[in-house]
Amino acid sequence: MRDRAWHPPALTPLYKTSVARSPQRAPLSFATTISEETSPVFGNDVLGPLDNDLIHNFAKDGAGAIGPRIVVYGRVVDEANRPVPNTLIEVWQANAGGRYRHKKEGYLAPLDPNFGGCGRCITDENGWYEFRTVQPGPYPWPNGPNDWRPAHIHFSIFGHAFAQRLISQLYFEGDPMIWQCPIVGTIPTPEAIETLVAKLDMGATIPMDARAYRFDIVLRGKRQTLFENRMEGL
Amino acid sequence: MIRDVTRLKETPSQTAGPYVHIGCTPNFCDIGGVYPHDLGSKLITGDVTGERITIKGTVFDGTGTPLKDALIEIWQADSAGLYNSVNETRGTADANFTGWGRSPGDMDTGEFTFETVKPGAVPFRDGRMMAPHVTFWIVARGINLGLHTRMYFEDEAEANAADPILSKIEHQNRVPTLMARREEDGVYRFDIHLQGADETIFFDV
Repeated sequence: MRDRAWHPPALTPLYKTSVARSPQRAPLSFATTISEETSPVFGNDVLGPLDNDLIHNFAKDGAGAIGPRIVVYGRVVDEANRPVPNTLIEVWQANAGGRYRHKKEGYLAPLDPNFGGCGRCITDENGWYEFRTVQPGPYPWPNGPNDWRPAHIHFSIFGHAFAQRLISQLYFEGDPMIWQCPIVGTIPTPEAIETLVAKLDMGATIPMDARAYRFDIVLRGKRQTLFENRMEGL
Repeated sequence: MIRDVTRLKETPSQTAGPYVHIGCTPNFCDIGGVYPHDLGSKLITGDVTGERITIKGTVFDGTGTPLKDALIEIWQADSAGLYNSVNETRGTADANFTGWGRSPGDMDTGEFTFETVKPGAVPFRDGRMMAPHVTFWIVARGINLGLHTRMYFEDEAEANAADPILSKIEHQNRVPTLMARREEDGVYRFDIHLQGADETIFFDV
């Protein structure tokens, strides 16, 4: 079961779009079945050589994206702290100036011709993942009259059960905008928010190249084991 | 007995935001040349077994307005009721069917479309059979935690009546919100209402 007091509730009026997009009736509960305890499989054969390198995967030959170069890495585990190997992670983000490459985005900061903003990777056998990118900039958005998102990277993680499917956002240690943001503020507790803040990790930097941030991800559920001829529930 | 008592808290969810397509369907939003194709755009990858069907639908907000920035994913068994997953232990699923699809919907109308096969029945925890169903997961701007629901088929009345989950729902007048309507041969419509009088049943699984 998900701890719904830990996750943001559906209705969070300070994040205005949630008002008309939140169910009003309680979600119905049932114990998971094989439909929720299975999930699609993605092998390394779906990945191209630059899929986890956002500095170069959209850039022209010999060029690279402009902005502070960083490595983002971490481990995906379940709630019992066991690694989640071979699972797909997709990321997307704005460029160093806070501009997204999307036709519905009208922020006046320019696009970077060498930055697309998407990347993906698959965790290794111990649950580790890594990608390279430029640190995204904050950007203004039409919610309150002067709301700005903190610098953030969107994450999509599959896990090994469809009930583990998760989308969230990474924020950066020390960013004062985190505590101003109505989307961050949908999360009820500061403790839960802190788990979305990637930590600067100088020990993992690549000298004269890129700094590193560590961001660990926890998926719901114990790792499933066979028990009396059926999957154990999540 | 020694037990591992480590309990971590799940990473909290955040909205997918309005630009989810950059990361999940980049070709759809004109970011070409990074991935050869968008993941999940095809469930059928070869000579698939079973009845081919099309699922269409639209996600509506509480004012009745279609969402044009949602991302819809489906997960289902093959025509024999087997999942194409490492956790499937009952047999081997059809190799030409992934079971997983992803659609950003039409850019102008928001309507999503999946070309798939009608799933076979799969067992509930106690061995009773569940009626054929497709699991839906919906994310979008304004949705803080992805919404799970199930689509059943209105032309499977007998199996639906015996379904262990449908039959347990207290408010039976809401069950029709989970039924796909057969529009024509092989085409089913499943509209999703996030809020209001005809609000779709969502599950906390």
